[in-house]
Amino acid sequence: MKDTTADGVALTVSGDAHPRGYLEEKGFWSWVYTLDHKRIGLLYLYTTLFFFLLGGIFALLIRIKLLYPGQQIFSDHMYNVLFTLHGSVMIFLFIIPAIPSGLGNFFIPLLIGARDVAFPRINLASYWVFVAGILVILASLVRPMDTGWTFYTPYSAKTAADVTLLSFGIFLVGMSSILTGLNFLVTIHKLRAPGMTWHRFPLFIWGMYATSIIQVVATPVVGITFLLLAMERLFGVGFFDPAKGGDPVLFQHFFWFYSHPVVYVMILPAMGIISEVIPVFSRKPIFGYRAIAYSSLAIAFIGFLVWGHHMFVSGMSKTANIIFSFLTFFVAVPTAIKVFNWIATMYKGSITFESPMLYALTFIFLFTFGGLTGMFLGALATNVHAHDTYFVVAHFHYTMMGGTMMGLLAGLHYWWPKMTGRMLSEKLARAGWLLTFIGFNVTFLTQFFLGYGGMPRRWAEYPAQFQPLNIVSTAGSWILAAGILIMFVNFIRGLYTGEPAPASPWKGLTLEWQVPSPPPTENFEEIPHITNWPYGYTKRKTDGYE
Amino acid sequence: MTNTLAYHQAASRSAWEIDAVFLFITVVSLFFFILVEGLLIYFAVRYRRRRAEEAHATSDVRSNFVLETVWVIIPSIVVIAFFVYGYVVYRDVTTPSPGASDIHVVAQQFLFNFKYPDGRTGINELRVPVGKPVKLIMTSRDVIHGFFVPAYRLKQDILPGRYTYLYLQPDKEGAYDVYCAEYCGGGHSTMRAKLIVMPPGEYANWVAGAAAEAAVPLADRGKALVEKFGCLGCHTVDGSPKVGPSLKGLFGRQGTLEDGRTVTADEEYIKESLYDPGAKIVKGFPNVMPTFKGTVSPDDVTAVIAYIKTLK
Amino acid sequence: MGTSEPKAVSGANPGEHAAHASPAVTYEAAKLGIWTFIATEVLLFGGLFTTYIVFRTKFPHMFHADYVHLNRVLGAVNTVVLICSSLTVALGIAAIRKGKQGMLRLCLVLTILLAAGFLVIKYFEWTEKFAHGLYPGTDVFFSLYFMMTGLHGLHVLAGMLVLGAVLVLAGQGRFSESYHTPVEISGLYWHFVDLVWIYLFPLFYLIG
Repeated sequence: MKDTTADGVALTVSGDAHPRGYLEEKGFWSWVYTLDHKRIGLLYLYTTLFFFLLGGIFALLIRIKLLYPGQQIFSDHMYNVLFTLHGSVMIFLFIIPAIPSGLGNFFIPLLIGARDVAFPRINLASYWVFVAGILVILASLVRPMDTGWTFYTPYSAKTAADVTLLSFGIFLVGMSSILTGLNFLVTIHKLRAPGMTWHRFPLFIWGMYATSIIQVVATPVVGITFLLLAMERLFGVGFFDPAKGGDPVLFQHFFWFYSHPVVYVMILPAMGIISEVIPVFSRKPIFGYRAIAYSSLAIAFIGFLVWGHHMFVSGMSKTANIIFSFLTFFVAVPTAIKVFNWIATMYKGSITFESPMLYALTFIFLFTFGGLTGMFLGALATNVHAHDTYFVVAHFHYTMMGGTMMGLLAGLHYWWPKMTGRMLSEKLARAGWLLTFIGFNVTFLTQFFLGYGGMPRRWAEYPAQFQPLNIVSTAGSWILAAGILIMFVNFIRGLYTGEPAPASPWKGLTLEWQVPSPPPTENFEEIPHITNWPYGYTKRKTDGYE
Repeated sequence: MTNTLAYHQAASRSAWEIDAVFLFITVVSLFFFILVEGLLIYFAVRYRRRRAEEAHATSDVRSNFVLETVWVIIPSIVVIAFFVYGYVVYRDVTTPSPGASDIHVVAQQFLFNFKYPDGRTGINELRVPVGKPVKLIMTSRDVIHGFFVPAYRLKQDILPGRYTYLYLQPDKEGAYDVYCAEYCGGGHSTMRAKLIVMPPGEYANWVAGAAAEAAVPLADRGKALVEKFGCLGCHTVDGSPKVGPSLKGLFGRQGTLEDGRTVTADEEYIKESLYDPGAKIVKGFPNVMPTFKGTVSPDDVTAVIAYIKTLK
Repeated sequence: MGTSEPKAVSGANPGEHAAHASPAVTYEAAKLGIWTFIATEVLLFGGLFTTYIVFRTKFPHMFHADYVHLNRVLGAVNTVVLICSSLTVALGIAAIRKGKQGMLRLCLVLTILLAAGFLVIKYFEWTEKFAHGLYPGTDVFFSLYFMMTGLHGLHVLAGMLVLGAVLVLAGQGRFSESYHTPVEISGLYWHFVDLVWIYLFPLFYLIG
């Protein structure tokens, strides 16, 4: 780094040379064929955010149906289709790819001091494979799926919906995910700037590294699972069909062997973003750097051993249940370490509350709540009651939306000036944040009560005693939608009329803040030589961590 | 909120025990939640930047070995406590009570069939006398279903091609909801049944009334099936071995297999022996039995099992 | 890997849109990339091998009764064919390391022909099964047989396409003593494809 003090950073920037940076080149084909990791990252980001809005519309329709206990508004089948679409779109097309493929693509090379990812062509191919997967999934909507995003056999093998086509679509999306993970792994290993040792990585890189390992190791298993499901429907291969000697629970094992680790694909990058934002806005070095870095790897590792906790009432052996319950609790420890470290980072800081910090603090708040409610689901006795009820729905919305989504929003507000070269409106950002926070809690806190009160998930109709809380929850979803709407208005406004952003609006010390906003195509005029870690926010000695 | 929670008030030992675990985890978690969020909010307020310019000396603390060790150890102890308590109660509610009466449950899209030991059947209505434990032996005709009794805090998936079990302890009279908890298709949310816990006298009256209407008792139907399918060609009912082992006293017997493993002849074993006879051959007998897959329906298997249970 | 120092990256040519300027880094990145890719392939097949183990344990008799229907002679011939193709790929890599371009082209042509031979034999095997009324779905054993050999066959096909592309590049004289990364990468992939068959052959044809 040329100058590690926060104030000095802006001085080293030759901002006028490329005012539009990597966005200079215009035209449709300049995006279709681009090999620039930043452009590919943006393509991913726009695509996934579009599907976030689509999935959100499905969610609103679900909530509207649940205003009434009976067959009002639309049919039960329609409702089943809607919750399946909501789950599948949000998980496969938004939350899994959004941070890794979107922000990860954009910022991994910038943060480690590289000009691009290791395989730019594979990177582009992975985006178009993703799009191909989306098109196949959309094609399957002719006979829309009604299986839930979990595709449990034998129902998914029997339903009239086009599960076969959908399986191929998800297979393609999975392939794209593998290629992205592979690319990042190699990039992080081989393309670091000189002096960028593992313990000088920004913590976002550690999070993305752990994420990429999971993507590469777990995704092929779901690939083969969906292939087997498709074959089941095409040729009746019978692996999951009890009538042919198969075992439907085997499908669940395969499915969760991927789908549990993949929740860490969703959350680890978000945790990485929080680890970047908290020190910048607290003007403090991150507390317990190594603990945060290694806990990402620990979560990735333990995450592979706990898939059975989705199956405590599936008819799996009691012994297996006990082992999976025991292991499950140990995911909580590295997670708790991170939360404690973030809070300790704020101790004796000089904290400001711009929108990225607001979202980061919201992440800690909601994610801690979501994580603690996971205790009820990890414990066998309470799991038996809460499993497959709204308690689970509320729990994973607190971790996935309160966690990952807030992490993504923190990241978007934090890096928006860098990505687009324009500032967002702080006023709109705060208004959006407030409504989102209130709406989110009204929507999902009530669902814990519904769940423990016994309302099963995926129910189109329900006994009348559940109606009052469902009405509250639906009202909350409208507040939430208003918050999201303001946020997107802010994004679009920022794209066109936002003030030009300085190179380092938040005075961050990581490498991306040392290049102009937006960055030039090759990222760095000269590859930096790294001499210390990126968290020296105190105006004292900023020598190496070791 | 209150009426939602009050609706499924705990009505069984299992529910009281599970609610206690729930309360324990709630109290401990709430303590940590308030601690963590309290610190978060306190730090945010206490250390907010007061002047516009940057503070010149924020603390340079980067780690603290003792503190970090403490917050690895304490959560570890807490989660182990959660695990142990959760496990102990789970073991309790999934262990069969002595003297439980067997009731067969066959689920299908979108209803529950109940079969009592004396041959009575019921659809979407399960009646049991108060105080007498019940063992549900469950299987499905089509896809996976779930058997969920919110007032008992108990739940178990029902699988096609396999048996799963649920133990009920009806401690309080009343009518309780039974929900299908595993998504099973278009009518999933309307797949509901009632568990009716009756005083013993009333139950006896109901049995007498219902039994008169009932067709053949389950075990008798099983006997007829065993004769019809020619099982007696190879299996006796008097205890003497023929081509295959005798059915007398078969249920619950431990046997050694060809490969040295031992198995207990339970519902699962008998079903498997009918559908895939070669899978577990008892030592000393030839592997010649044909499969009855496709000829004997799951309902018939249930009847055959009930019959074999009577051959003591 | 945790503490290794990063390789020095030359940042001297900012005008070129390549992430990694030095050929040494390109080579290492490609190596790491293909090994990671092979790891994902292992897990892809791993799902099927797990399924095999589950059902073999569940229905040993079925496996015993069914495996006799497979043609052991054709399976053995195919094993030899694939091992030979691995050899020719290895010879090709050895050749280009010494700069022998003609030898490389010859080896690649031989490899592709052997791979095609493998698929032709596989085709006859499958047709014979179909003629006897044995399809995927006949029972779990044949479902597994068709799934696993089918997926492997697709990998052979993909390998042929990759090697074909390398052959085209070799024809244009792109490779030399100092630069032959694509040859090595595709060779590694081809060895992996062979290795899968080395497991499939005994699992289906030999142990009953």
